[in-house]
Amino acid sequence: MSEIPEGLRYTEEHEYLTATDESGVYQIGITDYAQGELGDVVYVELPTVGESFEKKATFGTIEAVKAVSDLFCPVAGEIVAVNESLDDDPSLVNSDPYGAGWMLRLRVGDQATVDALLDAAAYKALVGE
Amino acid sequence: MNDTLKKTPLYDVHLGLGAKMVPFAEYEMPVQYPTGITAEHRAVRATAGLFDVSHMGEFLIHGPQALDLVQRVSVNDAAGLTVGQCQYSAMCAEDGGVRDDVVVYHMADHYMMVVNASRRDQDWAWLEEHAQGLEVTLEDCSDGTGLLALQGPRAQEILDPLTKLSLDDIAYYHFAEGTVAGFAATISRTGYTGEDGFELYVAEEDTVAVWNTVLEQGEGLGLLPTGLGARDSLRLEMGFALYGSELDEEHTPLAGRLGWLVKMDKGDFSGRDALVRQREEGGHDRLVGIRLTERGFPRPGYPIVHDGHVVGSVTSGTVSPSLGYGIALGYVPAGLVSPDTEVGVRIRDKVVPGVVVRLPFYTEGSVRR
Repeated sequence: MSEIPEGLRYTEEHEYLTATDESGVYQIGITDYAQGELGDVVYVELPTVGESFEKKATFGTIEAVKAVSDLFCPVAGEIVAVNESLDDDPSLVNSDPYGAGWMLRLRVGDQATVDALLDAAAYKALVGE
Repeated sequence: MNDTLKKTPLYDVHLGLGAKMVPFAEYEMPVQYPTGITAEHRAVRATAGLFDVSHMGEFLIHGPQALDLVQRVSVNDAAGLTVGQCQYSAMCAEDGGVRDDVVVYHMADHYMMVVNASRRDQDWAWLEEHAQGLEVTLEDCSDGTGLLALQGPRAQEILDPLTKLSLDDIAYYHFAEGTVAGFAATISRTGYTGEDGFELYVAEEDTVAVWNTVLEQGEGLGLLPTGLGARDSLRLEMGFALYGSELDEEHTPLAGRLGWLVKMDKGDFSGRDALVRQREEGGHDRLVGIRLTERGFPRPGYPIVHDGHVVGSVTSGTVSPSLGYGIALGYVPAGLVSPDTEVGVRIRDKVVPGVVVRLPFYTEGSVRR
């Protein structure tokens, strides 16, 4: 049974968004369910600060022992921070996906695109838990 | 999961331990337990791991001409095996292609051949075919036999209190018959990890009890139940071939780094003429180990590149948990097999540079050779 915290937004590609202290900036990572399915994460390839992505554009890749997956930008926005500690310790994605294993902070222009994503109940239904 | 998949005697035990089950060679097998593949891999290198490999097949060859049959189908020479000794070998088709890699045991009054689960039916048919005209009786014990692999530097310390046998007297690639936890067992100092350890052949109905007792005994010593995921990365760090990945009927043992098994002068055996010819002619592709010198995760099927040309493809690859860099096996042309030859692996849109290296990749194993 994986952890699906209330109050976050989720995508069908198993990413989450959570609000930060700064208005319009969201922290993005992969869900606990996703890290469990992927298994031990070995590398995370992330973009650089300042790059912009459209919704569903590939912003990076995650290499786990069992498989490699693309990472999709959940909503359009500009990267304001990437989690550089994943370079040294990618296993943070496994051990703390919603905390120390975060991947990006994204400045989002259109708040409505965030509100349109899945809430915890809808994501729970999606993964069948 | 798929109802047509076979289960080992430990199926319910794996579920109870929280294992992730995957289809493998027609069996539903644990790929990992909740600790994860990396932790399981490290446990085997540092302390010990316990694998369920009951899916492997066991054939018994009885009769006055049992050795003759073994010699016909196996490329290695079993004539010199003493009772209590076993030997790694391969079975080849007449054209030299590898039909399976096997271990041959010289038991007190018969031979046992341990085969890959995925090849069991083909191997059985092959033995039956070659047994014609010989005074032998074949017996397939696969379904009645459980097989556990206890692997790691602390394997002996864990097993020792559970058996009256003197484990120090069992040398590498030797075995003895005795008991484990009171149950009849064949204890073999063999494995597929590069670590010291034992493979325990037990009756199907005793498998759960032996597994549970060994796990209990290893509690506090760092023993973990370990799945196929760790088994694969451990064997890959050693450069050990896996049937279906490195080995198949398209490749001979000479190409697949198993030339050391082939004893041309032992008399005739299936594949001998073709192998003699290939050895004389040379020039064939060979399996090599590749170490990536930049970050990348080589996976099966990724192209191997030299001088801008695709020269082969990865048969197995991972990021080595012990070494921290990408390692791969793959077949390359004869001119590219020397250590330090620069070869890259194309990972999606990028060629990650690497070099051919001597195997094993990992040289710190505790195996007692």
